Amino acid sequence: MNYGIDLRNYEAVIGLEVHAQLSTDTKIFCGCSTKFGNPANSNVCPVCLGHPGVLPVLNKKVVEYSVMMGMATGSRINENSIFARKNYFYPDLPKGYQISQFELPICEDGVIKISTEERGAKEIRIKRIHMEEDAGKSIHDRGYDTHVDVNRCGVPLIEIVSEPDISSPEEAYEYLTKLKQILLYLDICDGNMEEGSLRCDANISIRPVGQKELGTRTEVKNMNSFRNVEKAIRFEIERQTELVDDGGKVVQETLLWNADLNEAFPMRGKEESHDYRYFPDPDLVKVVVDEKWKEGLKERLPELPAEKMEKFVNVYNLPEYDASILTLELEVAKYFEECVKYTKDTKSVSNWVMTEILKYLNENKVSIAQFPATPENLAKLVNLINDRTISGKIAKDIFPEMIQGGKSPEVIVKEKNLVQISDDSVLEPVIDEIIATSEKEVKTYLAGKEKAIGALVGKAMKATKGKANPQMVNKLLKEKLEAMKTA
Amino acid sequence: MSVSVKDVEHIAKLARLRLTDDEKIEYTGQLNNILEYMEKLNELDTDNVSPLTHPMEKENVFREDIVKESLNRDKALKNAPKSNDEHFLVPRVIKGSGK
Repeated sequence: MNYGIDLRNYEAVIGLEVHAQLSTDTKIFCGCSTKFGNPANSNVCPVCLGHPGVLPVLNKKVVEYSVMMGMATGSRINENSIFARKNYFYPDLPKGYQISQFELPICEDGVIKISTEERGAKEIRIKRIHMEEDAGKSIHDRGYDTHVDVNRCGVPLIEIVSEPDISSPEEAYEYLTKLKQILLYLDICDGNMEEGSLRCDANISIRPVGQKELGTRTEVKNMNSFRNVEKAIRFEIERQTELVDDGGKVVQETLLWNADLNEAFPMRGKEESHDYRYFPDPDLVKVVVDEKWKEGLKERLPELPAEKMEKFVNVYNLPEYDASILTLELEVAKYFEECVKYTKDTKSVSNWVMTEILKYLNENKVSIAQFPATPENLAKLVNLINDRTISGKIAKDIFPEMIQGGKSPEVIVKEKNLVQISDDSVLEPVIDEIIATSEKEVKTYLAGKEKAIGALVGKAMKATKGKANPQMVNKLLKEKLEAMKTA
Repeated sequence: MSVSVKDVEHIAKLARLRLTDDEKIEYTGQLNNILEYMEKLNELDTDNVSPLTHPMEKENVFREDIVKESLNRDKALKNAPKSNDEHFLVPRVIKGSGK
C-alpha cells in the first residue's frame, strides 16, 4: 500500500469505538418514539428532557438486542450488569450526564474475524459491548445561537469497543464491514451511517516497528461513511508519522474529520479534559441475565454471516468468492437460497445474482427486496437454459422483460416464440446457406485453422436471431466442413 | 486519602460552581471529614463481600418496547430560557472544525 510517505519504520495501532443505534420503537428509558426525521423536539417527554424527579425505566428489548450482539461476536455475557452516569456538560445532554455502562458492561471479550488482501486473516478482539443512551443534536450554523433538538436524546445505542488490534486503514474498513453485516443479520440496527444509526470513532497511534509500548494516541471523530473512516485513519497515520519523523511529538487530542477537505482538524470548544466521574446510577437497578434468558435469546439468533458463508461453500458448492459476495447482505443471501429451492444449478444462479441482479440493484439504487423478478422465475430461467429450451443469449435478452413485466420466463419464451432450435431439419438449410456465403472463413477452416468455426457459428446464431442451439450448430458445421475436407 | 484546595477547585470547575476562597477552604475541610470516615470503613475486611451496586435488592425492572405519546412541542419548550418555535437556543458552543 502506498501511503505517500515511508511507513516502513512505523506500525499503526488502531482501536475502533462503534456506536450502533438499536432498532427499537421506543427510547431506552422512556416510551418516546425513536423515529428518525420527525419534527425537532417532538419525540420528547419529561424523562428524556431530563426534568427533575423523573425516573428512567429500561426498555427490555435493548437488553435482548445487546445480549444477541454479544453472542454473535462470541462475547461473554455478564450475568450482572449495571448502569453508570457519565458526567459532562453539553447543551445536547439535558441531564448533565449520560446514562451508560462503566463497570460491569453487558458483554465483554468477543472477537470478530476479518480478512484483508494485504494482511490475510486476523482476529480483532472486542473489549466490551455496553448499553447507553444517545445525546441530542446541536446545530451550530443557524445564526449566533446553537440550536438544540432533543429528539435523539435517549435513543438506545450499543457501543462496541475493539482492542487496539487493527493495523491498517484497510483492516479498519473490513472490521466495520463485518460488524455491520452482523448487526444487519441480527436485524438489531439498520446500519445507516448517514442517518447516524452507525457511528465510528478511531483511536490511532504509531510506534517504531518492534517497540512494545504504545505511542500517544489521538481520537478521530465525525466520519460519516466506512470509506471516510478508512481515509481519516490513513490521514492520521501519515500526519503522526511525518510529525514524529520531523522530531515532533504527538499530542493526545480529539480531531474532527472534514470529508470535504479530506483532513482532520483538532476539535476546539468542547471540554477537553475527560474527567467523567462515573458512578453507578442510583435510578436504575441491576440487570441480571440468567441462563434461562440467555437460552431463549440464543434460540432467537439467526444464521450468522460466518455460518451462512460456510453453508454456501459446503452445501451449495460455491467458490468462496461467490459465497462472500452472496452472503454480504442477508436479503441477497435469502434471495439466492430461495432460488436454489427450484433448481439444482447453484453456480448458474450465483452467476446471475452476482452479475445481472447486483448490477441492476446498483444501477437503480434499490434493495433486492424491491427486485421485481421472483427467485422462482430466476431459477426457471436457469433451468430453461440447462434443458436447452433456450440459449444463454436468449436468456440474457428476456431477463430485462422478466424484470419489467414480472412475467415468468416460460411465458415470455412462448409468447415470443424464442424456443431454441435444435431441429436438424431447420438448422441444416441455414448452415448450408452460411457455408455457401462465407467463402473466406470456410477456406481458413479447411486450411487447418479450426478456430474459424467460431465466426461461422456466430453467423448462424445471428441468422436465427439467437434461437439456434449453439452446440447443435457447432456440431453440424463441423460435420459439413470435415466432409468438405475429405471431398 | 485527602483532598487539597486545588482538588476542590478542580471539582468545582467540573461542576460549574463558582466558589469564594472561604468556601474553598470550608468545603475542603468538609470533604476531608467525609473521606476520613470512609477510611474508617476501609478498615473492615471486605475481601469476601461482593460490592453493593444498589441499596435496593430489586433487579430487572423493565418496560416493554411500546410507544407512548410524547409531549407536544410547545409544552416541551415552555420552560426553556430561550427558544424559537422548534429548538432550544443556547449560547454558541463550538467554533467550527478548524475551517
